[in-house]
Amino acid sequence: MKLRLVDIDKSFGANHVLKRFSLDVDEGECVCLIGPSGSGKSTVLRTVNLLEPVDDGQILLDGVDIAEPGLDPQPIRQRIGIVFQSYNLFPHMTAADNVKLAPRRLLAEAPAALADRVGGLFETFGLSGHMDHYPDQLSGGQQQRVAIIRALAMRPEIMLFDEVTSALDPELVGEVLDVMRRLRDQRMTMIVATHEMDFAREAADRVAMLDGGQIIEQGAAEALLTAPARQRTRDFLRLDRSK
Amino acid sequence: MSDARPTRRQQYEANLRRRALWRAGISSAAFVLAIIILVPMAPGWVAVKKSFFNWDILQRTFPGLLKAFVWDVAIFAWSMPLIAILGLALALARDAHSPGLFPLRIGAIAFIDIFRGIPVILVVFLIGFGIPGLGLPRPWNSPYIWGTVALVLTYSAYVAEIFRSGIDSVHASQRAAATSLGLGHGDVMRFVVLPQAIRRVVPANMNMLIALQKDVALLSFIGPVELLRQAGVYKSLLANFTPYVGAAVIFLFITIPATRFADHLLARQKRARS
Repeated sequence: MKLRLVDIDKSFGANHVLKRFSLDVDEGECVCLIGPSGSGKSTVLRTVNLLEPVDDGQILLDGVDIAEPGLDPQPIRQRIGIVFQSYNLFPHMTAADNVKLAPRRLLAEAPAALADRVGGLFETFGLSGHMDHYPDQLSGGQQQRVAIIRALAMRPEIMLFDEVTSALDPELVGEVLDVMRRLRDQRMTMIVATHEMDFAREAADRVAMLDGGQIIEQGAAEALLTAPARQRTRDFLRLDRSK
Repeated sequence: MSDARPTRRQQYEANLRRRALWRAGISSAAFVLAIIILVPMAPGWVAVKKSFFNWDILQRTFPGLLKAFVWDVAIFAWSMPLIAILGLALALARDAHSPGLFPLRIGAIAFIDIFRGIPVILVVFLIGFGIPGLGLPRPWNSPYIWGTVALVLTYSAYVAEIFRSGIDSVHASQRAAATSLGLGHGDVMRFVVLPQAIRRVVPANMNMLIALQKDVALLSFIGPVELLRQAGVYKSLLANFTPYVGAAVIFLFITIPATRFADHLLARQKRARS
């Protein structure tokens, strides 16, 4: 499985957010998108999940263009999980029900088997004591981990993370990043929009620097984050200032 | 900490409360005293007292009024679920965006505009007199049926708008989260949006219920011998208005607790959100 974004254009009104944006992601690869607010990181993820239709260009998943207008987006969304900055758990459901809703409606899986599998996911991510809690009874870090489990429960082939730690208290960031590290270690294909440079350095196979709706530079994490070629990237990472 | 001496702030606030209580007590007493002294000084007071506040007549008519009130409660009770169902259906139809459902959408908009725009009593008259006028056989000419229909049509138009505001109030990110999992439009509505929307508009709908409880009395104009009609019968029979006062008291007996309950729900919701 391989994901290719080819010459994506996307505008919101007069705001041209993605300009002939292209990105390749290999199976099992973890790509981190960095860049200033408004550079298009979130929009890239939302177009891949088909939450935002693109104006032009192709999104090839296994060679099939999923951005083709008129295509039924539902089966594709099931293959691609996304986690949002603001968790977006359903407040009227327990953590377990949040996770079970979509598989129950969309996957042909016996209820008992689903319950077992969901229980296993909560166990794996250290939340087995919180399955029956409602979102407002959980900390931000716990909520975000439930949101990750909710996306994983659909057995996605790709996981998208949209600044998932930006709304968290600093001391809760670690537990969410730990979950993401585990996914990476399982060779989950991931695209991560993030401001956590340490996480990018350590977990990303590749880092892409976005500015003005395009990738201005990309490469291996360590190299790009310590010695970027472009001045814009150096400014964004504040490399000159620390010297 | 709690059983220790009151803090300065607590002492100050207790002092304020004591003084506020005194002031409220004195002004209320003065007000009641003024009414007790002034109202009986009005020239027509003796006549009004005899024809509106006649204890003897109240005692004689009250059981009959209560019996008639059972009809109000019954009409209210079977109207309520019908209004909830039709109101929700209208709200959903109004937001239907698939082109095939365009007639449904237009129909819902027209329905809501029409029935919100006509006074309830007119709808009651038009339907309550008009449809039985078609010469339908029993029981299909019953004013109970057509009176109920009139109330259901009018109130579901209002309730539909309340539901719609509730649906609109569910944040777009909730839909996005549900959609991103692959759920279809119907599932997103049914499992994610509606449960939240309906909960949020419970207090607003409680207020509609209180209004409905009173408007059941409008059916008295087309036949059903419910509370208001029964009070009218007693009034004619005894040439005294006291049964109307009795009817008012019976309505308050239901509506005041219901209003307080609605306020309580609203306050609880406000607390939960802050």
